[in-house]
Amino acid sequence: MAVNYSAKEDADGHPSGGLGAAGGGAAKTRKPDNTAFKQQRLPAWQPILTAGTVLPAFFVIGLVFIPIGIGIFVTSNNIREYEIDYTGIEPTSPCNKCLNVSWNSTPSCTCTINFTLDHPFESNVFMYYGLSNFYQNHRRYVKSRDDSQLNGDNGSLLNPSKECEPYRTSENKPIAPCGAIANSMFNDTLVLYRIDNETRIPIHLNKKGIAWWTDKNVKFRNPSGDANNLTALFQKTTKPVNWPKPVYMLDSDPDNNGFINEDFIVWMRTAALPTFRKLYRLIERKNNLQPTLEAGQYSLDITYNYPVHSFDGRKRMILSTISWMGGKNPFLGIAYITVGSICFFLGVVLLIIHHKYGNRNTSADIPN
Amino acid sequence: MFKPAALFAFLCFGTRTVLVGHRPVSETDAYVAQKFCDNRIVSSKYTVWNFLPKNLFEQFRRIANFYFLIIFLVQVIVDTPTSPVTSGLPLFFVITVTAIKQGYEDWLRHRADNEVNKSNVFVIENAKQVRKESEKIKVGDIVEVKADETFPCDLIFLASSSPDGTCYVTTASLDGESNFKTHYAVRDTTVLCTHETIDSLAATIECEQPQPDLYKFVGRINIYRSNQEPIARSLGPENLLLKGATLKNTKKIYGVAVYTGMETKMALNYQGKSQKRSAVEKSINAFLVVYLCILLSKATVCTTMKYVWQSNPFNDEPWYNEKTKKEKEAFKVLRMFTDFLSFMVLFNFIIPVSMYVTVEMQKFLGSFFISWDKEMYDEEIKEGALVNTSDLNEELGQVEYVFTDKTGTLTENSMEFIECCIDGHKYKESISEVDGPLKYYGKAEKCREELFLRALCLCHTVQIKEGDQVDGLIEHLEHRSTYISSSPDEIALVKGAKKYGFSFLGLENNYMKVKNQNNEMERYGPLQHGHKHGSHRQALPGKLLLFCKGADSSIFPRVQQDEIQQTKAHVDRNAMDGYRTLCVAFKEFSQEEYDQIDKQLCEAKMALQDREEKMAKVFEDIEANMHLIGATAVEDKLQEQAAETIEALHAAGMKVWVLTGDKMETAKSTCYACRLFQTNTELLELTTKMVGDSERREDRLHELLMEYHKKLLQEFPKNSGGLKRSLVLNQEYGLIIDGSTLSLILNPSQDSSSSNYKTIFLQICLKCTAVLCCRMAPLQKAQIVRMVKSTKGSPITLSIGDGANDVSMILEAHVGIGIKGKEGRQASRNSDYAVPKFKHLRKLLLAHGHLYYVRIAHLVQYFFYKVRICIHLTQFMFFLPLTIKSIKPLYDAAYLTMYNICFTSLPILAYSLLEQHINIETLTSDPQLYMKISDNAMLQWKPFLYWTFLGAFEGLVFFFGVYFLFQNSSLEDNGKVFGNWTFGTIVFTILVFTVTLKLALDTRFWTWMNHFVIWGSLAFYVFFSFFWGGVIWPFLKQQRMYFVFAHMVTSLSAWLAIILLIFISLFPEILLIVFKNVRRKAQVRTAYAPCTLLSCRVSSTSGFSSKILLLYSISL
Repeated sequence: MAVNYSAKEDADGHPSGGLGAAGGGAAKTRKPDNTAFKQQRLPAWQPILTAGTVLPAFFVIGLVFIPIGIGIFVTSNNIREYEIDYTGIEPTSPCNKCLNVSWNSTPSCTCTINFTLDHPFESNVFMYYGLSNFYQNHRRYVKSRDDSQLNGDNGSLLNPSKECEPYRTSENKPIAPCGAIANSMFNDTLVLYRIDNETRIPIHLNKKGIAWWTDKNVKFRNPSGDANNLTALFQKTTKPVNWPKPVYMLDSDPDNNGFINEDFIVWMRTAALPTFRKLYRLIERKNNLQPTLEAGQYSLDITYNYPVHSFDGRKRMILSTISWMGGKNPFLGIAYITVGSICFFLGVVLLIIHHKYGNRNTSADIPN
Repeated sequence: MFKPAALFAFLCFGTRTVLVGHRPVSETDAYVAQKFCDNRIVSSKYTVWNFLPKNLFEQFRRIANFYFLIIFLVQVIVDTPTSPVTSGLPLFFVITVTAIKQGYEDWLRHRADNEVNKSNVFVIENAKQVRKESEKIKVGDIVEVKADETFPCDLIFLASSSPDGTCYVTTASLDGESNFKTHYAVRDTTVLCTHETIDSLAATIECEQPQPDLYKFVGRINIYRSNQEPIARSLGPENLLLKGATLKNTKKIYGVAVYTGMETKMALNYQGKSQKRSAVEKSINAFLVVYLCILLSKATVCTTMKYVWQSNPFNDEPWYNEKTKKEKEAFKVLRMFTDFLSFMVLFNFIIPVSMYVTVEMQKFLGSFFISWDKEMYDEEIKEGALVNTSDLNEELGQVEYVFTDKTGTLTENSMEFIECCIDGHKYKESISEVDGPLKYYGKAEKCREELFLRALCLCHTVQIKEGDQVDGLIEHLEHRSTYISSSPDEIALVKGAKKYGFSFLGLENNYMKVKNQNNEMERYGPLQHGHKHGSHRQALPGKLLLFCKGADSSIFPRVQQDEIQQTKAHVDRNAMDGYRTLCVAFKEFSQEEYDQIDKQLCEAKMALQDREEKMAKVFEDIEANMHLIGATAVEDKLQEQAAETIEALHAAGMKVWVLTGDKMETAKSTCYACRLFQTNTELLELTTKMVGDSERREDRLHELLMEYHKKLLQEFPKNSGGLKRSLVLNQEYGLIIDGSTLSLILNPSQDSSSSNYKTIFLQICLKCTAVLCCRMAPLQKAQIVRMVKSTKGSPITLSIGDGANDVSMILEAHVGIGIKGKEGRQASRNSDYAVPKFKHLRKLLLAHGHLYYVRIAHLVQYFFYKVRICIHLTQFMFFLPLTIKSIKPLYDAAYLTMYNICFTSLPILAYSLLEQHINIETLTSDPQLYMKISDNAMLQWKPFLYWTFLGAFEGLVFFFGVYFLFQNSSLEDNGKVFGNWTFGTIVFTILVFTVTLKLALDTRFWTWMNHFVIWGSLAFYVFFSFFWGGVIWPFLKQQRMYFVFAHMVTSLSAWLAIILLIFISLFPEILLIVFKNVRRKAQVRTAYAPCTLLSCRVSSTSGFSSKILLLYSISL
């Protein structure tokens, strides 16, 4: 019976699935099932990349990429960006006197740099500080932090992770926040003034909203307890070695103090490359009539605390507007335009080749 | 008879003495108790206790595993950039999977062992039947076995339920022969067929120490009776019942255990086949070595660069990044060493652990497709292909030499009696004459005819197998019964004799029953088995006759020379027609002569030492001076599509050699029939006929070799290596060589100039398109295979055969294929693959082999590509002067770990199981495609370099693309900046997508599974990234990835960059495909326009018509 049945299944040749196998049971010899899968005859799409299919694709890609590239390029070019190096390497620089500050120099060294904006900054302006030759991506550095301490875990607060060495304890007290990253937090203070007829009008710098929302609200938490009395919460800990003041004195605003201080959070997001910028302040546009920063004279007051000269580093202050694609970066636009053009060009070349071969073949056939 | 005491002295060495039923036989004889092993069969490798250490030890003997273990240990001990988990987890996974697989296999073996060991057997103790577990049987126990039970150990057959002391046994599970063999009880104990009587037997058995040969046994039983001299009887293989064989058609038997447990012949024959390694595996190892060198040099360069960089103090230890106390205190050399190790660890992903898992899985799962193939299922034997090892799937696509057996492989091995000749007169059956069974071409005397037919009826080992119902009536029996025998020739002969009126009705009490032409019953006997020539002694009523049947070469020297001539002409002509011929001779004895011979034989049989030689000598004497009666011709039909298959193999660039034990003429005609030799093939012969028999044969051989060599060299200029596999349209050569000439070449008698025969011979062989080796002994077949295997370039060889005589060559070749034929199952059990028919070889090689090779080669290349380049180039980049940083992986540890296991492993596995870059139908019908992948084409250095450069290019694109993107790290429209983890995540995302899409580009066969797996794993990557970054994981020390991926997704710039970079990475691949396509198209048009596919029907002389596909395309 079983044999007959399977023979019938054979005859009509349908990939009728595993039904035959189930029905036949053990008695049904060792005849392989006639399923599409087992016979490697699954229905399949068999694409072949031929000149015919790829040529149009090349043209389409070229036609899509080039406009995108131009769009990005234009957008990027429209972004206003102004950058000042205030390291003070050059002897003429006003900050040259502060070049060799150390962490503990009191009173802190201050310097003022005047600059002129030739064009007005229309939309919101973002103020960055930039460091060069600073290896925030160094392995020893990157892991030198304790995320559970920063997450408000009281156990880790008093007993930081070993990864924080050699910035784990100081004077037999646990450091909060521990580790090399926190210890080396950027602590220059930058204040911006607009010089209007010899008078210095301070520009309001918003220090909130510069960190990732999830960092500020989830990843970084102050130790649990009375949020209004941070001093008590951090009582059994000590400040990082290089810090002038403890973590609970970073800001007067209790919502921006301790571990959830946004400057601190921004610093703790380590940069990928040795030359990097980090968001420092926001300058919001007040109304639609006036640009955020008009063209004109400005002055930057720097409280110079952060020593970079010892490792040949540089410090910059950057003012930039932002587009939908972020900060100024010509790379993407150029890359899109280049790739699009290459595609288009290759499309043309291939078309010619294709055409030529086609012609040659038809003519070659006849004499043979 | 012998005195027992003398016997013991004689036997003290190399024999074992068994006390039947453990009863001391006499007080006087000192019996030294020998210790024998118990009857437990242990085929398992491990026990519960030693599984873990032993298995681990065996696994870590594999170089790759050991390497990973070292890396893991370094990671644990030294402070390294990646956590031990990244390499520990995959290693653990690999080890566990392998251990589970091996453990399961061993558990199955344990279960099988237990089934055998714990099965119930009945042992006779103190005249009572005692039920025991099989493993408790001791040597000397008397065991009772009932019908259809298997013997629990090797037994000496003492008594059976049938009064004549015989039993029938089938050894199907031992050597695959399903016919019933008759075994004989010791003559003096046959009467002891109850518990009580058998228990009273006092006897000792002396026999040789256990040895694996199934068909050899030498022993002696001494039976002691009160007040009598002990009787000694010889024991041979016919008295020995082997463990594993099954008792048939006999109610029960008693036997005494002589060999137990691991000393049984079955256990001694059980041995693991040596593992064959495929060429692909060798390539993998070569690539691994290269990568290991790269790894070492990279680690060295990096360490050096790091220290050069660090020589600048503010780079070594800037104030913001001080070293720990431990680091400061460490010795510089030690620090450098640990740094070096750290780099090694960082780059260790170069060597992909998971590749081994995937390759294993691909092979294991992929081999199912072979056994599932419906086209390789044979309706006749109701079986499909069988895969014994999955390690060699891809080797099927690399075969260069095919060695095939003739009988049963190229031919059906279903014999048909065609004609016979008696005294030189030819008798051929004719369908038209119904009443007269014989058509006379000439006429021999009536009595000679009868003698000849009787000889055919009596001189064989055929048995009658009854049909399903046993109804006892002889008339019915005739119709229902079938002849079974281990030799199909004999069946054909018996059937042939039946046509002429003499039908064999079976055995009865040692007498053979034959019904003659006049429907009278004749009984012959007693029958005593002869030996290799198939000679049997039969006593006709009143006359004593010896019949002898065998090949002409063995019969002719034994008969009177003047009788040969007439018959020889017939034999030669038949052989030319491709028939198998046998000659029949007889000899008459007087009673006195017979008695003398009987005595001689008995003496020889009693001998414990050199029994074989002594027997042979006696037979030699007996079989001299016989009378030739006639010869038979049996046709061995060619297997269906054998010729087409051979032509396809030829067209695929394979060289087919036929190795057969048959004689030259027969083999040659078969070769013509199956189109191995074409009519225009020039044959070079190196046979005894050509070389001659005389003293000068070495010189003659030398001349011939030189002549052929010169001829072939002229045809093929020396440096035409490129032609090796291409089809040559000019003169084809075929070589014929026979066994004796071969042994002359391989083992020259003098070590003079002849020593280089082998190389000359080999050169000749390799230049010929077809080689026929006839009159080969099984060992010579293996010798030939080994010789070809070890030539320059070590070509991949394949042996295909069906009989026990092919086992040696099947085991020797790279790939051994067994035909599930009629000569037992030994070949298919020792083979790597078994197929029902020769024609299935075509699909097996051309379609399955091709596909498996392409699949696995792509798999290997892809693995090296995806792992080594993509991960490490990008990591390596960080050390370039641009961005020098210390040892730090770019990606999160979880990503690194998941990369090979989850994100990218399934698509390639699906690809390597399902891909059909060319349809199976096309592959089978166009053998030329097979040549495209010859010589391991896809795993040579060229494609390897291509993949490596592709990977290097992609690594550069990824890294520099994202590097330039991150020149301004504020990529969101709210001005917030991205950190290093976003950088890594972007690179990693591009990596995963590129690697997967690259595979998608290579996939030519998109089944729903490919779609599911490819898009599924990309979706899984995205899902996993969200999930992994969406939660603060309490068990993690650092929450690096928290919301990194989500933030990345909100950035349009990141999207644009990812899309662009993926496109750029895949661009060269797309271009290459297009260019290849354009070029091929152009080629196809120019080449195929004038030279179309030729297909013609050629009918050969032997009546076989075959369709040849000429696919010689001239590639321009």
